[in-house]
Amino acid sequence: MSLLAGPEGPSAEAGWDHDHERKGFFTDTSICIGCKACEVACKEWNRNPIDGNLEILGSSYDNTGELGANTWRHVAFVEQGQERIEEARESGRKLVSLGMPGIGPKSSGPRGATPAGDLSDVDRTPPDTPEFRWLMSSDVCKHCTNAGCLDVCPTGAIFRSEYGSVVVQQDVCNGCGTCVSACPFGVIERRDDGTVSPFAVREEEDPRRNTASKCTLCYDRLVDGEQPACSATCPTQSITFGDHPDLTADAKQRVADLHERGMTEARLYGANPKDGVGGTGSVFLLLDEPEVYGLPPDPQVPTKSLPKLYARTGLAAAGMVAAVALSFLGARR
Amino acid sequence: MSITEYDADRPPEKPRRRGGGGKRRRRGLAEVGMGDGSREGAVVEDVEIERSEQFDSYYGRPVVKAPPWEAPIAVYLFLGGVAGGSGLLAFGAQCTGRPVLRRSARLTALGTVGLGTLALIEDLGRPERFLNMMRTVKVTSPMSLGTWVVGGFASLSGVLGALEVDRLAGEKLPLGALRPLLRAAEGPASLGQVALAPALASYTGALLGNTVVPTWEAGRGHLPYLFASSASLAAGGAAMVTTPVAEAGPARLLAAAGVAGDVASMHLMKESMHPLEREPLETGTPGKLLTWAERLAIAGGVGTLLGGRSRVIAAASGAALLTASALTRFGVLNAGLESVKDPRRVIEPQKARLAARRAAGISDDAITTAG
Repeated sequence: MSLLAGPEGPSAEAGWDHDHERKGFFTDTSICIGCKACEVACKEWNRNPIDGNLEILGSSYDNTGELGANTWRHVAFVEQGQERIEEARESGRKLVSLGMPGIGPKSSGPRGATPAGDLSDVDRTPPDTPEFRWLMSSDVCKHCTNAGCLDVCPTGAIFRSEYGSVVVQQDVCNGCGTCVSACPFGVIERRDDGTVSPFAVREEEDPRRNTASKCTLCYDRLVDGEQPACSATCPTQSITFGDHPDLTADAKQRVADLHERGMTEARLYGANPKDGVGGTGSVFLLLDEPEVYGLPPDPQVPTKSLPKLYARTGLAAAGMVAAVALSFLGARR
Repeated sequence: MSITEYDADRPPEKPRRRGGGGKRRRRGLAEVGMGDGSREGAVVEDVEIERSEQFDSYYGRPVVKAPPWEAPIAVYLFLGGVAGGSGLLAFGAQCTGRPVLRRSARLTALGTVGLGTLALIEDLGRPERFLNMMRTVKVTSPMSLGTWVVGGFASLSGVLGALEVDRLAGEKLPLGALRPLLRAAEGPASLGQVALAPALASYTGALLGNTVVPTWEAGRGHLPYLFASSASLAAGGAAMVTTPVAEAGPARLLAAAGVAGDVASMHLMKESMHPLEREPLETGTPGKLLTWAERLAIAGGVGTLLGGRSRVIAAASGAALLTASALTRFGVLNAGLESVKDPRRVIEPQKARLAARRAAGISDDAITTAG
């Protein structure tokens, strides 16, 4: 089955002259500290309203809930005991490796570089608490290579940017909601609350009211040569932004390092261009099965099976025509 | 769950609440005593931290989202089906010289496609931007193709409907120079209508199937057949209500065929599904709607075959069939919306299909990899 974007990369396939490398995020959840600075930076930059009414959800430190029309970064918190750590370590050991890619010199700087000075005496083993752990992961739109939301958008409001990201044009979207049902990650949503700040009376109307809404990879910042608000603010470099090939190479290196230290629970999510969405622009390093973080274990873009579905629809239509024809032939006067 | 060996010394605790079924407890600040600012409330006192014993989902929260489609969309699915089936009946009636059936089918097609379009627009977030649908033709979007089919069908139905109304009114409508034009357009318009009609009746199956909503996704292989059958029985039923029995013979046969297809494809669809994906079709309100849809469809079908030559029984059977089709659309739509609420309906079938590919020796297409 051929899809709309292949190994050439989504922006090239979308017809852009290729003077931008595909951009993306690498979210390394093993060094996330759950500060939620990314959530705050995202809300502030994109002027997104809050979800709910400052409620406590009773799910560890996560009172945000999930990604949605107004929440484009969401930090998940999961508390686990020793038994589960062992299970995660075991399940990670069974995964298939993609192999390390051979790539040229990087255009972005080294991430997580050690500070200057003699560090040979310093114990650099990561502090570990064997009987308990807290998983923290900042989730975001995956900017899929084969994006379901983009494929099904009937107005052309959703487009592939020159950076390979998937962006909604809020002034074109008519809020039909088809994209919401086509996202295998449950990211995009229609913004039905028209206010930016529910606690203040606002004269101006939110121009994005009742339109589909999701992470834009800070398109407005990228065209100005800036990086997205979330990665710019992340204090631990858990979220890094950069050229997609560099990020995946970094990610693979990082997993290899963690496996070497015995942390076989480490795994990549979205780095495989052969997966059901053609690989994602936002790659994650997870420490447990994806469903633990609320991510689907085997997402498939619906477009992949659309030719088959159209064939069935054609067959159903033909069957209906045949039924009507036979009804007229068989009816006595 | 014991975390450390010292936990064994603790007094027994009440069992922790599990976050099953997507329910979650939300507490406003007012509820815990800080709403009026007069006293400091214990913000975290009663909050139970959920520590799931099984890490099979993220606190029972949905993985995928349901589209914001409400009753108007179900109404549209129903009306679009009636319109498509009526378009086919109208053409058949035109070819075989059944003027009353032709007239009633054309008027039904115009009425239903008109109301259906209004329902579609009503459900948009920004109805005033409806025409943005016409910015592009997109093969990857069943919604886009469907919009063009609906638009084309509605326009042609308008022409044919105007002609029929004019004939009913004894050619007294103030059409002026438009009348000869409309007459000349009748042939091409009815050809166009009959070409678009089967697509209109069945594309909605592709629209729902081309999603990641668990129950619809699992029904991909059968939804077009189900919807085309449902459209057939509904259009047949509509013609039986509006047309004298002498001319409604083909409508009765079509309705009976539709009932057979509808009942069979619903059963095949359910059988092909993972139990978790099938559950929403069989339980709760959608389950009830679909049970009654099947009962009414069978009753209407039996009435059509046995008593279709009596005007009263034909009309009653037609009404039962129309209701059955509407209930089927409401049931399938609501079952899908319900199916996203439990994350297991997404996660379990996905894990199963991943494991099946593994077992078949395909190991290079997983989204999770070890570097």
